[in-house]
Parts: sequence; C-alpha cells; structure tokens
Amino acid sequence: MLSPFLKKIRVVIALIFFTLTLLLFIDFTNTFSITLIDAVLYLQFVPSLVKFINLLSFSIIGFLIIIILTLLFGRVYCSTICPLGILQDVFLFFKRKFKKKNIYTYRKASNWTRYSIMIVTILFLIAGSTIMLIFLDPYSIFGKITSSLIRPIIVFINNLTVQLLSNFNNYSLYPFEIKSPDPGSLIFSILFLVLIAWMTIRFSRLYCNLLCPVGSFLGFLSRYSLFKISLDQTTCNQCGICANVCKAECIDILNKKVDFSRCVGCFNCLDSCPHNGVHFTFKRPLNTLQKQEAPNLSKRNFLISSGLLLISGLGISSITNAQRRSRRRFVQTPIRKEHPVTPPGSISINHYNENCTACYLCVSVCPTQVIQPSFLTFGLKGILQPKMDYSANYCNYDCLRCGEVCPTGAILPLTLEEKQLTQLGKAIFVKKNCIVYTDNTDCGSCSEYCPTKAVDMKPFRRNLFIPYVVPEICIGCGACEYVCPTEPKAIYVEGNPVHALAKKPETKKIEEETSDEFPF
Amino acid sequence: MKRRDFIKNSIVTTVLAGTSLMLGRYLKLFGAGLPSPDLPYDLVAIKGTDPVVMFDKGIESLGGMQKFVSNGQKVVVKPNIGWDAVPERAANTNPALVKRIVEHCFNAGAKEVYVFDNTCNYWKNCYTNSGIEKAAKDAGATIVPGNSESYYHSVDIPGGKRLKKAKVHELILDSDVFINVPILKSHHSSRLTIAMKNLMGAVWDRRYWHANDLHQCIADYSTLKQPDLNIVDAYNVMKTNGPRGISVDDVIQLNSQLISTDIVAIDAAAAKVFGLEPEEVPYIIKASEMGIGTMDLSELNINRIIL
Repeated sequence: MLSPFLKKIRVVIALIFFTLTLLLFIDFTNTFSITLIDAVLYLQFVPSLVKFINLLSFSIIGFLIIIILTLLFGRVYCSTICPLGILQDVFLFFKRKFKKKNIYTYRKASNWTRYSIMIVTILFLIAGSTIMLIFLDPYSIFGKITSSLIRPIIVFINNLTVQLLSNFNNYSLYPFEIKSPDPGSLIFSILFLVLIAWMTIRFSRLYCNLLCPVGSFLGFLSRYSLFKISLDQTTCNQCGICANVCKAECIDILNKKVDFSRCVGCFNCLDSCPHNGVHFTFKRPLNTLQKQEAPNLSKRNFLISSGLLLISGLGISSITNAQRRSRRRFVQTPIRKEHPVTPPGSISINHYNENCTACYLCVSVCPTQVIQPSFLTFGLKGILQPKMDYSANYCNYDCLRCGEVCPTGAILPLTLEEKQLTQLGKAIFVKKNCIVYTDNTDCGSCSEYCPTKAVDMKPFRRNLFIPYVVPEICIGCGACEYVCPTEPKAIYVEGNPVHALAKKPETKKIEEETSDEFPF
Repeated sequence: MKRRDFIKNSIVTTVLAGTSLMLGRYLKLFGAGLPSPDLPYDLVAIKGTDPVVMFDKGIESLGGMQKFVSNGQKVVVKPNIGWDAVPERAANTNPALVKRIVEHCFNAGAKEVYVFDNTCNYWKNCYTNSGIEKAAKDAGATIVPGNSESYYHSVDIPGGKRLKKAKVHELILDSDVFINVPILKSHHSSRLTIAMKNLMGAVWDRRYWHANDLHQCIADYSTLKQPDLNIVDAYNVMKTNGPRGISVDDVIQLNSQLISTDIVAIDAAAAKVFGLEPEEVPYIIKASEMGIGTMDLSELNINRIIL
C-alpha cells in the first residue's frame, strides 16, 4: 500500500505548485517564460473551464483532467494544486507553530449553502458573468492577494536592497516602481486575505466546504470517486484521533463515517490511526451516508437565495450610482471618458468582462504596470477587473505579455503585428488644455512618445507647433495621455467598446542629397 | 557665478543636505576648481564611413582621451538610450560608438565607467534592443538603471530662469568625468535633439520642463556644470518622426560626428549638419544668449576631418 507515503507525496506536490504559482504572481522581473506559466496554470480549474467555454478548444482540458482525477481519488486538487487551499494549509502550519496542536472536530455539512452558492455561480457563468468567480474562485482570490499585497512587499524589499547596494556603487539589481493601487481594489484584496486567514485559523478549511464553488463541485463529484477514505468498522474503537487531525472536519467518529464530499485529500488521517483503521481504498460509489447528506435543494429555497443575491447586487449598484453622481458634482475636469480601455487582445469590453475572473496575473506581469486593478470602472459586472490605467503608465508598443499569460482567455494572445494594429481606443486632443495653446511654449511630449505618429505636430501661431491626431492610425496605447504634462490632460484616450483595426502608419523613405563637405 | 553667491549657496546646501558627502556632490556640479583642458580645437567635425574610426581620429586630434580622463577616475557616459528601437532606426546612440568611447576611457586610465539613461520607453527593452547594454558591458563598463526616482537627487539651478531645481542622477553628481554622447535626431518637442537636449535623460522630473517652457528649461539646465566632453553621433540620422521614429525609412546616412567641450557650439554645428540653421532651434539661441557657449561657428577654431 502507498498509504503511508500519500501525505508526503501530497506535501511535495503542493509545495511545488504553491511555490511556482506564488512566484508567477510576484515575478516583477519577468523572468518566467510563457511555457512555464502556461504549464503551472494549466490545471487551475476555473481559469481552464472559463477558457474552454470561451474558446471551445480541446487543447484546454486542464479542468477535465481535474474532473477525472477527482472521480478517481476525490478532491486531491484542493490540497495539491489549488493555491488558496495550500495557502490555508500554510496558515494552519503557522498556527501549529504557535499553538501546540490543531485539534479539529467533526462539523456538520452545510450542504444547502455550499451547493446553492455553486449553482448560482454556474448560473451566473452561463449567463455570461464571472462576478461570482471574481469573489469566490480560489485561484483568483489567491492571485488578488499575492499580486496586490505580497508582490509590493517583495518589490519594496528589493528596492531597499538596491538602495543599499547603490551606496557601494553596485548596480547589479534594479528598483521597481510601486504604483499606488486603486483603494477600492486594495481594500478588497485585504478583505480577502483577512477573511481567508480568519476563517482558516478559526474554522480551518471551512472556506473550501462552504464558499468555494470549485470545492463544492469537486465535492459533489467525489461522491462518485473510485477511491475513498473510510473507517474500518471492525478495528475502529472511536478514539477520534483521525477526526482530530482532519482539516476538513468531515470524519464523523460517532457513526464511523467519512463525508468524502468534504474531504480535501490531505491524507493526514491515514497514518494517524493507531489501529491502522483509516483506509484509502476502492469503494462502491454512493454509500448510504452520502445519500443521507445529499443536497436538499427545494425550489423555494433556491428562489429565496437567488432573490437575496439579486437584491444585494442591486443595492451595491445603486450605491455606486450614487457615488458616481456625487463625484460628478465636485470634479471640474473637462475630460470625461465614456469608455474605459481594456488590454490588447481582450476583443471588447463585453468579452473582457465576461471572461475575466480578476486573478491579476496580467497586473503582475505587465512590465510597464499600465494594467492596474480597478474597482468599479466597469461597473458591477466587471468589479475588481484590471483596466488600462494611463495615469500609471502606457502600453509598450512591442509587448504581448498580458495576452500570453491570461489563463481565462479574457485577454487573448496576439502576434506583434496584430497588437500593433489593434486599436484599444482613440486619442482625443483637448486644445484648450494644451501648454502650446495656454502658455505659448513648445511642448509636444505626446507626439514625441507616439509610436505610430498618430499624434503629430503642425505649425501654430508664430514659430510654434501644436499636436493634432490622426485617429485611423492611433492604437490607443496611452503614451500621449501618460506623458502629457498638463492637469487636466490635454490629450487622452477614449476607449473603444469593441477593439478596432487601426491603419498601418505610412512611411516614406527619406531621400536627400548628402554632401561630402561640412556645412560650416 | 560670483564667489559670494557660491559660498552662500554652499552654506544653504550644507544645511539642507546635512552631510559633507552631499556637499561634495553639489560642489562638483558647479564646476568648482575644474581646469578646462587646454585643447587645440574648439570643435572637431569628422566625416567618414565608420563611426569607430571617426571617433579614434577625432579624439586623437584633440590630444586623446587622456586630456579628459586621468588615472583612477570615475567616468559616466550618457548616451541616448531613450527608445525601444533597434540600432538601424537611429533612435538611440550607435552602440559601437559607445563601446569605443568606453574603451578609450579605460585606456586613459579610468577606474570605472558607468553608462545609463533615463529612458522614455520601458528601460529594460531600451537597454537591450538598442544594443548599448551589450556593447557597454563588452567594453567593461557598468550598466546602471535610470528608472527609479531613488537614484535622483535634488539640485539647485541658480542660473536658471524657469528651471530652478532638478532631480539629477547620482552618477552625474558622483562621477569625476561626464561624457555626453547624444545622437542627432529630429524632435517633435524641441525641433532637434542633440547635446543639450540629451541631458534631459539625466534628470527625473522632465514633465516639469515640458510644462514650463521646454526650450528655456533645456537652456537653464545647461547652466549647471557642462559635460566634460560632448560627442554627437550624426552618422545615421532620423530626419522625420523623431525622437522615436516609426521605421528605418525615417533615417538617412549623414556620415558625420562632432566632438566638442562647448555644448552650445556642438548643438549649433549639429543643427547645420541636420540641415537647419541654429537660429531655428530656440533653445540654442537661449543658451547662447545666457552665455553658456558659442553659437556663432565663425568664432570657433574647428578641425574638419574628412576620411
């Protein structure tokens, strides 16, 4: 039997996946290759599923592998591949360091809650909304926490080291700018971390068995797993040691039963039993206990829960509308963008909103950090999803990184040629804000940075030049907006709700007589 | 600068900086006690077919790099690495030229040579794709990032009309010798970018310059200690769509190179090489009026080398 090794194998696999996933979200130096990123994230359930629905491509079957794995061995995903699951194990590890021992006791299943959350999530997904996943998908929660909270700390440490080294004329490391994030999104990331940490310390893996839609789905499947954990009805003397080490709190020692639908596959119980009475063996699907605990989802209950959800949703959206209205009253800037800008490859705001689970991997890998988490830029539908923030920076003309890494297909990969012709939005010039107009001095930053010369300069007044925009060749990269020195900006990018095809800038070979003499 | 002003300034900066180390930095910027090298020419202009050979001949006619760099000194070379573009697009200084300059510095006895720029595009791509990172490293120089405000320290510009303060890269402040290696290009902000404009890549807060009379700020900044040597790469020249350019179509071959210690003179000469009169570039006029250098090329002793 492998039983004594299962826990060790689980820990090793978990550490590998966890470390790699953590590093992906921290890597501000962009050292990870796309192949490695793809490989690490291939098995993440929700991204893989969303991408599959999005593209209907059979090369994306990571989620199917997980389903098969679950039908074989139960929810091993939750303790080896899911980064949030392992993060909870890390919390529990540290809790054990400070407190002598974590002692768990059996908890009754909250089937009604967990399965209705799962069903509502699926219904939302079918209706084309990822909002439930933005708040509940474990991978995306982990991404938000790491990208918004852990990464800045690592960058800060890096920057301190750089400063220290530069005092000794050592420039082998380099600093990285930490952009101040949108407070709304930051608060949510902190909330996620605090809630997960608190739930873990207080109730161990309750998140996985109450709120996590992936956990509930895989839990439902694991009722039919071929291999299951069970107690030996003859040798078990109900000492309760196995129940005391069960993080999922699913071993019912009184009835000598294991609720395998809640088992997260940590295998801690296997070698805990002094009588060798916990087995991980081939089982006939659906034993009596599970039938008893099968979800009792009456139509009425379901309607109530959906209704409550709808009301809370409306509540949030009405709050945001109120905020928006009041904001308008106070802000005097003449620039009002009709549409936000989404990253290159996201096709349209709709496609983007419907597929992004706000994992912030694009935020983490973007070399210029133009991709920033938003709060309500896209409304409730795209709450917390990242946006192109041209106050933070602008989109690098030759970079394809976000599309290459996006695990859900919200941002699809582009070729360089496609990217350089993808119009995310159009620059709009506001003459009355422009330095050249207001101060009668040269500026031209916008045109200087424009990669296609969609922003060009023409003669103005006496001996000056003023910008003008050729919208057909503008790709909406935001360089002009970012560098514009005025406040409010004299040039800004109005997002295209659906990305368009820009014209290729025309160039003409400069022909000029060159002299062999000096002109002086 | 008057002696009294200088002392006053030193006292103020001492109080502000609080350390003698910082004071040292500031002193260097005002060019205190730096002897100007006794040179045979005010300006050397070279035409040829290889920028490396052109520089060899040009610097030789000035008496060699040892006129500017002495044993054990710390040298900073500041090319234009502003854009994420390959060398053929002539958006950045020719990497072979940068490499050769670094080699000359080491041959003259430099202890360390640093190369950096505060780039416009994403700095890592600029450093790599310009070919300058590799070229400089091959010659033994240390490549230094310019991408973080923490490298830049505030400096007063007492002679400035609009620009009274700037945050300057610590390498400019700390080095014994400062060699400015711009590339001549068309420029949508300032008409042309040459030597004075290239110094914008040594400061952090240049958005202020754009918002406060760009030409005046460019001239103002040059009232600080000037580079010990300016070398203008005018071999491949971006004639339109500068400073970033769209493609190689923007570039023509002018086969030229200029070397001078006078930053205004070299800009005036480069403007002529480009095909403009120096009077058409406002910051050259302003700098000349402020007495930073000589704009009238007829007053200069020019060595013209045609290879």
